[in-house]
Amino acid sequence: MSEAFHTEEMTLNMGPQHPSTHGVLRFVIKADGEVMREAIPDVGYLHRSIEKIAEKVGYHGFMPYTDRVDYVCAMFTNQGWAMACEKLGNVEVPRRGEYCRVIATEFNRLASHLLTVGLMGMDIGAMTPFLHALREREMINDLIEELCGARLTFNYMRIGGVAWDLPPGWREKAIAYLDHLAPILDEFNSLFSYNKICIERLANVAVIDAADAINYNLVGPNLRASGVNWDVRKDMPYSVYPELEFDVPLGSGEWGTTGDAMDRYMMRIREMVQSSRILRQALKQMPEGAVLGKVVRNFKPPAGECQIRVESARGDQGWYVVSDGTGFPWRVHVRTGSFAAMGMIQKLSRGLMIADLVVLIASLDVIAPEIDR
Amino acid sequence: MPLLNTLPDYVLTTKTDELINWMRKSSLWYMLFGLACCAIELMHTGGPRSDIERFGATPRASARQSDLMIIAGTLTLKMALRTRLLYDQMPDPKYVISMGSCSNCGGLFQLAYSVCDGVDKVLPVDVYVPGCPPRPEALTEGLLKLQEKIMSERWLARAKAVEPIAQA
Amino acid sequence: MESLAILKRVGERFPGKVLELSERKPDPFAVVDSASIVEFGRFLRDDPEFAMDCLSNETGVDYKEHVEVVYHLFSYSHRHGCELKVKLPRANPEVASVEEIWRAANWMEREIFDLLGVNFIGHSDMRRILMPEDWLGYPLRKDFVEPLEYHGIATVRESPIIRLDQQKKK
Repeated sequence: MSEAFHTEEMTLNMGPQHPSTHGVLRFVIKADGEVMREAIPDVGYLHRSIEKIAEKVGYHGFMPYTDRVDYVCAMFTNQGWAMACEKLGNVEVPRRGEYCRVIATEFNRLASHLLTVGLMGMDIGAMTPFLHALREREMINDLIEELCGARLTFNYMRIGGVAWDLPPGWREKAIAYLDHLAPILDEFNSLFSYNKICIERLANVAVIDAADAINYNLVGPNLRASGVNWDVRKDMPYSVYPELEFDVPLGSGEWGTTGDAMDRYMMRIREMVQSSRILRQALKQMPEGAVLGKVVRNFKPPAGECQIRVESARGDQGWYVVSDGTGFPWRVHVRTGSFAAMGMIQKLSRGLMIADLVVLIASLDVIAPEIDR
Repeated sequence: MPLLNTLPDYVLTTKTDELINWMRKSSLWYMLFGLACCAIELMHTGGPRSDIERFGATPRASARQSDLMIIAGTLTLKMALRTRLLYDQMPDPKYVISMGSCSNCGGLFQLAYSVCDGVDKVLPVDVYVPGCPPRPEALTEGLLKLQEKIMSERWLARAKAVEPIAQA
Repeated sequence: MESLAILKRVGERFPGKVLELSERKPDPFAVVDSASIVEFGRFLRDDPEFAMDCLSNETGVDYKEHVEVVYHLFSYSHRHGCELKVKLPRANPEVASVEEIWRAANWMEREIFDLLGVNFIGHSDMRRILMPEDWLGYPLRKDFVEPLEYHGIATVRESPIIRLDQQKKK
């Protein structure tokens, strides 16, 4: 038995098609058995050149394309584009329109977080939490379908407001749904979030400390899980958020370390509770009036550029729009939270196991179209 | 008296083709090939409300274990070559459903420079399901149409193999 | 501090390097000398009065005679931000990379290289990120012409509406 035991590093391909359903992402994994040396992400499989298309279709025509930038929470991208055009063209949105926007976006935040927590379950290997989350998400889809006609890619907002007002009876259905959701979230927590297996898989995995998070430009629940208190709705408020009362949950490392995967996961659960609070207030406080301001059909904002930030479900989304005075924008750029999060994975993956890589991607909540646009 | 009328109730008679086709259509396992927005609707179709599993269609992760490929989402040029590779990895007999406008014809991304306008440039498609994204009910209808198509097949005379596209 | 006030203070600290200060609404910006962008970045990050610890956005814009790279900086401790721009010649756009200062610039600069062709000197990994590795051309430039085929796949599709119109005319 004097033969040496020959070991070497493997290079594996976690290809663009894989069951972890965060979209078409590819990783080249250099692994020593089960422990990774490094996972190099390879993106661009969903690059649909949305930014170049904006230069061809004009300001009003670009609204459906913004849905596809992040299809799980499409209302936020709609709102970001509308706000950028309104800032450039100096358009005012009526107050009822602003309230409709807040209601639509907060329902979308609930739907997006439900999908994220469900997919976290499926990525760990548990199929049932996914079905529970989808059941609730289907009810939100029904409500939004009554509001704007579509289940996934809404095209609900317009430059200057929203397209349609709330249908009659919708307000009562929405409040009934919020009453139904609150005990379901507690049930979901006791079944899945506080389950010993979930805590063992998620706690102390891929810790990101605050300085690193800021250096790599992480945003949204990922940044707040590392302890940085930044929420665009509170710190750079827009729309009618100054009139609404809510808390911003922060990561505290209750189950492991501050900034681990469990913190990022629990951020989403807590944000769902806060969103329900915002929705109840907004549905009660809505004033009467018009929902769409006066905007001309061939919208030509004066030459200039502007930057807008919107707190989307995946983080602080920045829109940079350059206008040259014609009806077509000169340049549109979306800076999304998922792009920065993917840029960090190569560094975070050193020393993790391959199964933890899946947990890392699920806890960062990346989605492919936000990365590739 | 014909033989058929003398048989007791618990005996079924059928043609071999129909029996085999019935077995095949009732257990079409699809490969999870969700690329973009339609992938969310594909997940919802397999979800609790419109359950596609009651028709026998279970999601499989690997191409080697599936006989149906539902292309859900936009096919970019970077992805098109890999799609062809995955299609070739599936064992015969295999079927393709093209779900949504982007994989039917490029959809609203026909203006893009990096999008392959339609998956039928790369693979042969059996059923096209329109919509952006199609509702779960629409995708279920597409699956049922594919099942009708399978029932009308004569399995002894399966279609010829597809020619590969030129690899650079 | 207001964005315009920050830019004016930076201009006083580095005389001659701030080429143009725009008060244009809605958002003011400053065009700086492209050779000294790293110096600006380090100063804005390390000086305790500004403390811009986050590169919130870095993008490129193609104007027909020149190419611009736009930097949006932000400070989480002071809650203020500013916008810097660098103008580069169209023929061979090159600028120093700010990856050493803010790690977020790694992927953002790769994207600008991929889509606009700007070369970042000193970047650790300058290669295409969104387009395939063997793609030719820089798509976001205004004079980009789409290729007719890629690996045997044609990039155009016949429109059924045009075919129906032609059939009706017959």
